[in-house]
Amino acid sequence: MTYVSKPEIHHPLLKVNEIGLNRRNYEGSVSTLCAGCGHDSVSAAIVQACSELSIPPHRFLKISGIGCSSKTPSYFLGNSHGFNSVHGRMPSVATGANLANRDMYCVGVSGDGDSASIGLGQFAHIVRRKINMLYIVDNNGTYGLTKGQFSATNDLGSTSKKGAPTLYSPIDMVSIALQIGAGFVARSFSGDKRQLVPLIKAGIMHKGFAFIDVISPCVLFNNHAGSTKSYDYVREHTEHVIDADVVLPHEEITVDYEPGTSESVNMPDGSRLHLNKLSNDYDPFDRVKALSHVQEAQERGEVVTGLLYVSRDPHDCHEILDTTDIPLNALEESVLCPGAGKLADLNQSFR
Amino acid sequence: MKATNILDPNYFHKVVDCQWACPAHTPVPEYIRLVAQQRYTEAYMINWDSNVFPGILGRTCDRPCEPACRRVRTEEKPVAICRLKRVAADHKGDITAFLPRVPVEKNGKKIALLGAGPASLAVARDLLPFGYEIDMFDQASAGGGMMRSQIPAFRLPADVLDEEVDLILNMGVNTHFDYEITSMQAMLDMNYDAYFVGTGAPRGRDLDIPGRTEVDEHISIGIDWLSSVAFGHTTNISGKVIVMGGGNTAMDCCRTSTRLGAESVTVVVRSAFEVMKASDWEKEDAMNEDIPIINNRPPKEFIHENGKLKGVLFECVTPVEENGRLKYVPSDEPDVFIEADHILMAIGQENHCPWIERDIGIEFDKWDCPILDEDTLQSTNPEIFFGGDSALGPENIIWASAHAHTAAISMHLFCQGRNVKGERPPEGVNLISQKMGIHEWSYDAEHDPSIRHIVPHAHKEASLKNIKVEVELGFDEKLGFDEAQRCLNCDVQTVFTDQLCIECDACVDICPMDCISFIDNAEESSMRPALMAPATNLEQDLYVSGHLETGRVMVKDEDVCLHCGLCAERCPTNAWDMQKSVIHIPQMGSYAE
Ligand SMILES: Cc1cc2nc3c(=O)[nH]c(=O)nc-3n(C[C@H](O)[C@H](O)[C@H](O)COP(=O)(O)OP(=O)(O)OC[C@H]3O[C@@H](n4cnc5c(N)ncnc54)[C@H](O)[C@@H]3O)c2cc1C
Ligand SMILES: Cc1ncc(C[n+]2csc(CCOP(=O)(O)OP(=O)(O)O)c2C)c(N)n1
Ligand code: SF4
Ligand code: SF4
Ligand code: SF4
Ligand SMILES: [Mg+2]
Repeated sequence: MTYVSKPEIHHPLLKVNEIGLNRRNYEGSVSTLCAGCGHDSVSAAIVQACSELSIPPHRFLKISGIGCSSKTPSYFLGNSHGFNSVHGRMPSVATGANLANRDMYCVGVSGDGDSASIGLGQFAHIVRRKINMLYIVDNNGTYGLTKGQFSATNDLGSTSKKGAPTLYSPIDMVSIALQIGAGFVARSFSGDKRQLVPLIKAGIMHKGFAFIDVISPCVLFNNHAGSTKSYDYVREHTEHVIDADVVLPHEEITVDYEPGTSESVNMPDGSRLHLNKLSNDYDPFDRVKALSHVQEAQERGEVVTGLLYVSRDPHDCHEILDTTDIPLNALEESVLCPGAGKLADLNQSFR
Repeated sequence: MKATNILDPNYFHKVVDCQWACPAHTPVPEYIRLVAQQRYTEAYMINWDSNVFPGILGRTCDRPCEPACRRVRTEEKPVAICRLKRVAADHKGDITAFLPRVPVEKNGKKIALLGAGPASLAVARDLLPFGYEIDMFDQASAGGGMMRSQIPAFRLPADVLDEEVDLILNMGVNTHFDYEITSMQAMLDMNYDAYFVGTGAPRGRDLDIPGRTEVDEHISIGIDWLSSVAFGHTTNISGKVIVMGGGNTAMDCCRTSTRLGAESVTVVVRSAFEVMKASDWEKEDAMNEDIPIINNRPPKEFIHENGKLKGVLFECVTPVEENGRLKYVPSDEPDVFIEADHILMAIGQENHCPWIERDIGIEFDKWDCPILDEDTLQSTNPEIFFGGDSALGPENIIWASAHAHTAAISMHLFCQGRNVKGERPPEGVNLISQKMGIHEWSYDAEHDPSIRHIVPHAHKEASLKNIKVEVELGFDEKLGFDEAQRCLNCDVQTVFTDQLCIECDACVDICPMDCISFIDNAEESSMRPALMAPATNLEQDLYVSGHLETGRVMVKDEDVCLHCGLCAERCPTNAWDMQKSVIHIPQMGSYAE
């Protein structure tokens, strides 16, 4: 909680993006989370990503469940649309919103409690349905908001602040997303914006369902020695496999990569997803191998980060359901509600 | 880069831009906070300790602090530092209890101060509390030097001047007024233990162009004319007046002429408007009084008819930039003639002490300035010290105070038989945490976005009629408070403790000015462009931590930090703390502590 309010004034050299906004214009209200919470860094990364993508805030939808993590949509993109749903139910609301207005950039932020416990069923189905959104889990291995109970993602043996070990084996959200068929799966760390910001940009631009599991330490309840979700533990046990970045249609790739280590994939809006391999034998287009790589690493207590899987041929719910190209709110009433006659015809067609 | 040594007194001193720029290093934010708290007497005394003439300087200071103010970089207009000094002076209570005590029993050393301007007065103030016997000599009949003889009453009322001059004289100075010094040797014969030369730079420059001698009676040297106005010898000026020159003296001459009844007044300057020596606010004030300023017109000839001045012929030039400097080339326009009945020549001043014999051990350089040790202001004759305008050429009152502090220490060490250069009191810095509790700071950290408040002026018609009517009215308490709120408290420093940081990025994310970065250490030149915001202002330091857990370092660009304390508010481990830096500037007072 911060009492000095963040002033509007900004650095005199702060850049403006293509639509004339600067990064600060993408902030929300000042966070009420504990100072040092990883979730705030994730919000800052979303702010930076949206600013770099020049997303018009009025076309941005932020959506969440319940938890410290789910509070964070208040702290970014203050001038956009948002919905703070009930615990574990963000996927349902996101699905409805997505179907109603396909023109929105949709980002969901949830927690490991919100998505891996009460909302696990909802999570599995939104992955299946390939809702066109970026789904972020701020994963701190604990229920921060309700004062630090172990969550379902906490590793077996990882201890509480007072030393009690976790008794159950963990649910790995990345493995579930890979297994159920998400088109874009990544893991990152709130303390590494250099990796996280490009991943968020790529996830937002991805067609279909994109998932990022962001390890985001809870400074209050799960950042001690003995925790496997602390700043120190994550930093010491990270294997960084693929760096991703979005190259917008008008931009050029400026970084020089070693030959054979980088590749570009075209994205629907004309931008390219640029991948840089940091680990030689990792193939980000192979879902099955990705799954086994992640699980093997987990056995060793290692955390694999980066873009873990991306489909070369992604699909989304609109394609699967063959929905109208025009968002429902832009359809004329006569088209949206074609009347009793049409309904009768439809019913007739099922007889 | 090497980790920053924040215990080096200069490091945080430099961050307090105003204090750093002030020749006397007045702790500006400290007194501004006191003004905001209506603790005017304490605010006044902080000033008095540093710069000796707060009431006078609050009206007349050249204010090198203001262009340096951080607010110029974060927003646009500096805090009205100078006018807040005046608020402290205007609203202070009885200061008697705070004044240093002057011992009745003297220490046996006698000092002669030559001149009674601000430099000599400040030396007297510094040395009297240590038991020195002080004799002050001046040809004028009162103390104050050019503050009395030059600065017009509409900028500096007599009562304000008298109060601060008398305060020092009443500490026990033996004054010898109406005493013209005609020989330095004669002074040396009086056997003082040390001498301070504070006789100013009393000679106004003249201009040798055709017609000069013929029209002599229509020409006055600006500073001589101003002093004859100040002493009541000149009470009016008639006809059309041309003021030649673009410095502050020119501005005082033109504004005084207007008040003394000139039919018209025109300022003509050889250089461009932007590079005129006069301060912006002096130019503004003159223009607000409807005085035209004509630039890029070097004078060519005084035109006269049988010794009766008709006017001046000026050449027309155009400034062109060459290697960052302005050069003037003749323009195509024909020469211009401007009618005049009287000319005031305000084209500069110089040192001039014909009464100092050249064979008594004081060496002079080719500009006729004494050769001095810059750190001690000791001349080549070890018992003679210089300060103020007589030392390094015409400057201003605040420089005179600063010199006085330096010279006073030197004279003290000299009189005590100690090493004048090697035994000076050291500079120092104390850091005091401002944290009072969770989310509680002992200063008002919140950034105030308001723009600089304008100082109210006296009614123009009334002030143009009477030279004694002060033009600026000063801030009242309300405006003073509002303006004080604009101060960014640059002396409340962001202090970083490497060992505490867990590299959570919270400070980076909250900082409104993108000051903080965590990056791999490198050379300064490659780090500067790679920070959260490029650090393009090379005059402002980077604060670099030691290596952190990840091998990176914390780098903070001091340039546009608001000292808002948000980084410290958001840091979970108190790796950032807001600590007030108290800079110890060597002064005679250092010996009293
Ligand atoms: C027109 C004008 C306006 C100015 N306005 C400002 C301003 O607004 N703000 C500012 O900060 N500065 C201003 N200044 C500059 C400022 O007045 C001087 O820098 C300052 O007064 C220098 O102080 P000083 O003690 O060195 O010498 P001075 O103030 O010049 O005092 C020297 C004293 O020595 C005496 N003296 C000299 N020779 C002899 C001798 N042979 N025998 C006996 N006595 C002698 C003189 O009578 C004088 O009293 C202005 C200057 C001028 C000319
Ligand atoms: C239906 C329902 N059940 C239980 C709760 C209590 N509750 C609030 S937040 C939370 C867990 C939050 O954990 P997580 O999603 O990991 O968020 P974090 O605070 O750790 O970011 C629980 C169990 C609730 N709000 N609603
Ligand atoms: S309790 Fe934990 S998760 Fe919640 S705000 Fe505090 S640090 Fe963040
Ligand atoms: S005080 Fe801290 S948060 Fe505020 S501007 Fe300075 S570095 Fe940034
Ligand atoms: S907020 Fe504190 S602990 Fe976190 S990075 Fe900044 S200084 Fe380090
Ligand atoms: Mg959690």
